[in-house]
Amino acid sequence: MKILVCVTSVPDTTTRITFTDNNTKLNKAGVQFITGPYDDYALARAVELKEQSGATVTVLTVGEVDAEPVIRKCLAIGADDAIRVNADPADAYFVAGQIAAIAKENKYDLILMGRESIDYNGGQVHGIVAEMLGIPSISPVMKLDISGSTARMTREIEGGKEDLEANLPLVLGCQEPIAEWKIPNMRGIMSARTKPLKVVQPTGNDTLTTVASYELPAPRGAVKMIPADQAETLIQLLRTEAKVI
Amino acid sequence: MSVLIFVELDEGKIKKSSQEAIFYGAKVAETMGTSATAVVAGQADQSELAAAGRFGATKVLHAADGKLNEPNGMAYASVVAAAAQQEGASVVVLAKSSLADAMAARLAGKLKAGLAANAIELPDLSDGFQVKTSIYTGKAFAYTNLTADTKILAIKKNTIETEETDATATVEAFSPALNDGDFGLKVTNTEKATGDVLLPEADLVVSAGRGLKGPENWGIVEDLAKALHAATACSKPVSDLDWRPHHEHVGQTGIKVSPNLYIAAGISGAIQHLAGVNSSKVIVVINKDPEAPFFKSADYGIVGDVFDVLPRLTKAVQAL
Repeated sequence: MKILVCVTSVPDTTTRITFTDNNTKLNKAGVQFITGPYDDYALARAVELKEQSGATVTVLTVGEVDAEPVIRKCLAIGADDAIRVNADPADAYFVAGQIAAIAKENKYDLILMGRESIDYNGGQVHGIVAEMLGIPSISPVMKLDISGSTARMTREIEGGKEDLEANLPLVLGCQEPIAEWKIPNMRGIMSARTKPLKVVQPTGNDTLTTVASYELPAPRGAVKMIPADQAETLIQLLRTEAKVI
Repeated sequence: MSVLIFVELDEGKIKKSSQEAIFYGAKVAETMGTSATAVVAGQADQSELAAAGRFGATKVLHAADGKLNEPNGMAYASVVAAAAQQEGASVVVLAKSSLADAMAARLAGKLKAGLAANAIELPDLSDGFQVKTSIYTGKAFAYTNLTADTKILAIKKNTIETEETDATATVEAFSPALNDGDFGLKVTNTEKATGDVLLPEADLVVSAGRGLKGPENWGIVEDLAKALHAATACSKPVSDLDWRPHHEHVGQTGIKVSPNLYIAAGISGAIQHLAGVNSSKVIVVINKDPEAPFFKSADYGIVGDVFDVLPRLTKAVQAL
């Protein structure tokens, strides 16, 4: 079985986001970049499937050279080889086009990625890739088992979950608890240095969206504290002042 | 050139979030000088479908093929794409949901459309097509230009305040050819909480964290939620500990909510939790620790014991 895991390089979840250049660029100063947390779940499950049934795991990112530490970490966690499409991940359609082009060439049984990237939260790429390849996509997947050419999955739905079955190939957007995040060990980190990382040039340059500028949310007004022994007044305030109940 | 709105049903009724989508789509149509058409898949009463008119749709396309009775993101996306072609729609609007999110992505691929995945305002059409979207899980916004011929807007809850009229929409049967490939997924089991207010749809949310000390203490959270007709939610540690199901977890890696009121009891307010809730209109924080960082992001705060405060709030709501 051939598995492709697509990952993003995103600011750490604890990052306080700010912008520069008149609010047209993310201020990267002091920002730690990590593998997208949802992508990390996808990778962890792919590595588990490899350990269980001898799959090969290729990790793919669309990004410039500064995305390489993230992809090396994926190799250290257990991916066999890596591909970096050397381009700014301009928008979801562009990124999906790159993934689909590589998938058409290499015929993966399973294409896994996070349910969404935590920078733009689009959650689009898995659907667009699957559409481009003419195969099903499922998201968000919280459980995945493979037997032969059948995938058994659990997907989260509003207020619950559903179990699904489908034949490979599939594109899946993953989330917890599909697997536990893996932390690379020393042996993994050493072996990652010699695992193949292929850099390829992008195909096409179609984008359908551009960001004109960014903005930070307005700060909330000062908090109004209510003494605990007068908790009931909160309900009055929510009714008469905030008018939400 | 019309605006097309995908309308999601829940037990045969138009979902509240879809009412908002219809109203939003009708506003966009008005600005563009065109009309708003809703598209519905699956079984529904004619009167319920015509009610889409109350929120501004002039026409409803109803795809009633029995194969569409079970929600199916891929098949529904094909239905909406066919409707967009028939109507010559250049804008498609959906209200974000687990079904609609998956559909929006497939539609973007099918229609080669620019997709704004978390639209939070009406688009600005004065120079091109620009819409404000929520990014970095609510930590920032982007003014996004949709440059493709077709645009898809997936709106977050509470993007626009709806108004109703007495108008009714004309309902037309819509029978696009269905593609077998869209029916390749077999649902073998569904578990869904019944009777509760669904968290992503809820106007009011009562959420609790580790300060509740154990799942056996959730009764006081549920009591307040019930009194308010609110949904219940929880923090990530609570879902990780299996005290509450994962679909109640709000935060950076859980559900992102934007209700009118979010009450957080016994949640300290890690930045990852705030990310999932900071677009709520009003935030109330109850915590015994006066230093809890959540107070800095709250509108109202009570420093106190949740085991004392929550039951008192419940009583006060019941007395209204």
